[in-house]
Amino acid sequence: MSRDVDLIRRLQGICGKEHVLTHAHALATYRSDGLKHYQQTPVAAVLPDTGEQVQAVVRACYEAGTPWVARGAGTGLSGGALPVADGVLIVLARLRRIVSIELADSRVVVEPGVSNLAISRAVAPTHFYPPDPSSQIVCSIGGNVAENSGGAHCFKYGFTTNYVTGLEIVLSDGSVIELDRDAPGYDLLGAFVGSEGTLGVATRITLRVVPTPETVRTLVAFFEDTGAAGEAVTAIVDSGIVPGAVEMMDRLSIKAAEQATGAGYRLDAGAALLVELDGPREECTTRFEQLMEICVEAGAADVRVALSASERALLWQTRKAAFAAMGRIAPAYYVQDGVIPRTRLAEVLRQIDRLASEYELQVANVFHAGDGNLHPLVCYDAAREGEPARAEELAGLIIKACVDADGSITGEHGVGVDKKAYMPSMFSEADLEAFHRLRCAFDPRGLANPGKLMPTPRLCGEVPGPYRQHPLERAGVATRF
Amino acid sequence: MTVELAPTTFEEAGAALAAASDEGYAVRIRGGGTKLGWGNAVVADHQVQLRTTGLSQILEHNVGDLTAVVEAGASMDRLQRTLAAEGQMLALDPPLGVGIAGATIGGVIATADSGPLRHRYGGARDLVLGITVALSDGTIARAGGKVIKNVAGYDLGKLFTGSFGTLGLILSVSVRLHPLPTVTATALGASSDPEAVSAAAQALAGAPLELDSLDVSWRGEFGAILARAAGAEAERRAGRVAEMLRARGLEHVELVQDDQPVWARQRAGQRSSHQAIVKIAARPHELGSVLSAVNRSDGTLVGRAALGISFVEIDPQAIAELCDALPSGAITVLLDLPRQYQGWFDPWSVGEGPALELMRRVKGRFDPAGACNPGVFVGRI
Repeated sequence: MSRDVDLIRRLQGICGKEHVLTHAHALATYRSDGLKHYQQTPVAAVLPDTGEQVQAVVRACYEAGTPWVARGAGTGLSGGALPVADGVLIVLARLRRIVSIELADSRVVVEPGVSNLAISRAVAPTHFYPPDPSSQIVCSIGGNVAENSGGAHCFKYGFTTNYVTGLEIVLSDGSVIELDRDAPGYDLLGAFVGSEGTLGVATRITLRVVPTPETVRTLVAFFEDTGAAGEAVTAIVDSGIVPGAVEMMDRLSIKAAEQATGAGYRLDAGAALLVELDGPREECTTRFEQLMEICVEAGAADVRVALSASERALLWQTRKAAFAAMGRIAPAYYVQDGVIPRTRLAEVLRQIDRLASEYELQVANVFHAGDGNLHPLVCYDAAREGEPARAEELAGLIIKACVDADGSITGEHGVGVDKKAYMPSMFSEADLEAFHRLRCAFDPRGLANPGKLMPTPRLCGEVPGPYRQHPLERAGVATRF
Repeated sequence: MTVELAPTTFEEAGAALAAASDEGYAVRIRGGGTKLGWGNAVVADHQVQLRTTGLSQILEHNVGDLTAVVEAGASMDRLQRTLAAEGQMLALDPPLGVGIAGATIGGVIATADSGPLRHRYGGARDLVLGITVALSDGTIARAGGKVIKNVAGYDLGKLFTGSFGTLGLILSVSVRLHPLPTVTATALGASSDPEAVSAAAQALAGAPLELDSLDVSWRGEFGAILARAAGAEAERRAGRVAEMLRARGLEHVELVQDDQPVWARQRAGQRSSHQAIVKIAARPHELGSVLSAVNRSDGTLVGRAALGISFVEIDPQAIAELCDALPSGAITVLLDLPRQYQGWFDPWSVGEGPALELMRRVKGRFDPAGACNPGVFVGRI
């Protein structure tokens, strides 16, 4: 305890007393991230104002042997920013300066607390920043970097990792490292993005931005069921069209979302497919006509085309409201983030249906259809005895079905604490051990975000010295067998 | 003394690597052998050459999912032909070099080599979805997966991409594919003024054109911009680009429909059989200064105009002069070099510092025996 007191004094010296929270009431906000069923109170939450202060805080933790967790806006859905009980929470919300906008080099330099949307706003109207998680209004770019966040536009535009070109990071020993995508050497930048705060904390981020597309065309096509909609997606992709976004909603999610938004989605449809094309106007116009034909040929009962920006916004609103609107169906739900090869969509959705009826629970499906990223929402009522446990079990089986179909346990939410138990279903012990080697190179004492990502805690051993040739060998007198 | 091994299974490869490492051999990993001169030479009395030629299968081509899983020793040329038969491509187009089969996918990934398609599709690191590697203790480990969206576990695919075989042996990779464009068209424009070339490049880079490639070249006091559109309306779009080039005052503006030879020449400019190739990474807006420096050093240049990545072919004697004339902050790496100059230069020019220290720790964890391609990489890792 006295060790904690000393550390807290030191943190107060670095950031100022008012920016070091230790009272239980003040810490309540920080007990969980976007995944509320994991909660933990840290020893302190500290809110540094600059990269130098972050470095000093990390250094102080290192010297005290205290673990720490970095937190952005706390919108993560895997418990990645869940505090550790005997550790410090480093809140990056005050580092929200846009350092420079360099459009001649198609890039922008920002601090980690800047919101995702603020970046697109800063470079508008000529440019935008493509990765757009649903939480983009509030989620921080530092969190996006930690989680390698995706969004609705990944199929065409890629993920956070494809846009980060430079980082200033602080390692757990307090050392500062500059990483540049074009510098020779190991791609430590690539290894850091998506490492869920376990390799260090980013204090400055350089991002590539791209020209705003000249034209955007959006439609929603309604199908009898998700299988037919899935066939349409396959036909679209096979034709060489690369949509900016392809989002699918099933009957249950259409019902919930339509009640919330009243956008005019057909309630008698088994599936809605929202497809958006963007790009140069000639290309977009020609491709959009092809797209409409493909939807009709694939059996769409109805195709609605957005004729204005406001109509487009309305079509999107329904998709974006799907998670929140689920409250109309059930009081609570587990959201999963499994990924499957797109061609196995119909098969896996049938399996989910089967499992849902077996478990007597409702599962709504909302997903990024282009890249096979499913977001099944397993609905339950915590007031009914045994239902939460049943829902959790079902959610686990859905994940397993994704892995069995050659997919992944998480497409964009991260492993965090929520999915670490599923890691062995996807990776062998040797694979996990290889991951651990990377961790040990960055953070041998395991102070950065411990207990996340890996299924079981592991310690880093000493590195055996590199092999040195014996002088006799060098002289050719002896050889090793 | 050099021993040669060519394992045919992952297990064999892991066992071979472990045995060689246990016996204190340095293991020189090679694929098609088209880029063996890059990096520092491996200096070790006891060397094993580990060839990936026995691991050359295309394990999966998942047409509907636009993915493929390929063993490291598969030739890039064969892979691209296989994919093209289904109207797809791996959007990675470095020059493939000479040799029986040319460059292998393992070699291209290990050196993070790329070509003009990098403008639109990113580099090797952006196309690798998953990787299987053998480490020097015989461990066979896999990271990533086969789906295009996946954030489970650390991205060791990126770590191994461009690691020059110093962390272990790449056994196979799963990669993202793209539709092979059926129609392409290229707009060309030229100027003898480096700043005019640079200004045109910037105008195109900032416009919503979705070009597949946006290249620059500089040969004999003349520069050119090459912009390739691909897709259903490739010609009309390239026509629009040509108008932009004219409006920017570029000369000899033309629209080329049969544009394969134009791009083959750009790619060929990334290699040299008798001079040095210096790869430069500078800020895109400094392109004019880079072109001027190349012009003064009598070099020729091909490069990615919007990315600031250039390849300069130059007399090895003029390398120092070129580097001095580049904008401050430009990063240079020496690739090809005539045999008689080998060892004259540090190809990497990476200074000591915390980043290099961290890289050494990464090397120490993945290859504690120091067996894999020792000394080849930055800081003689």
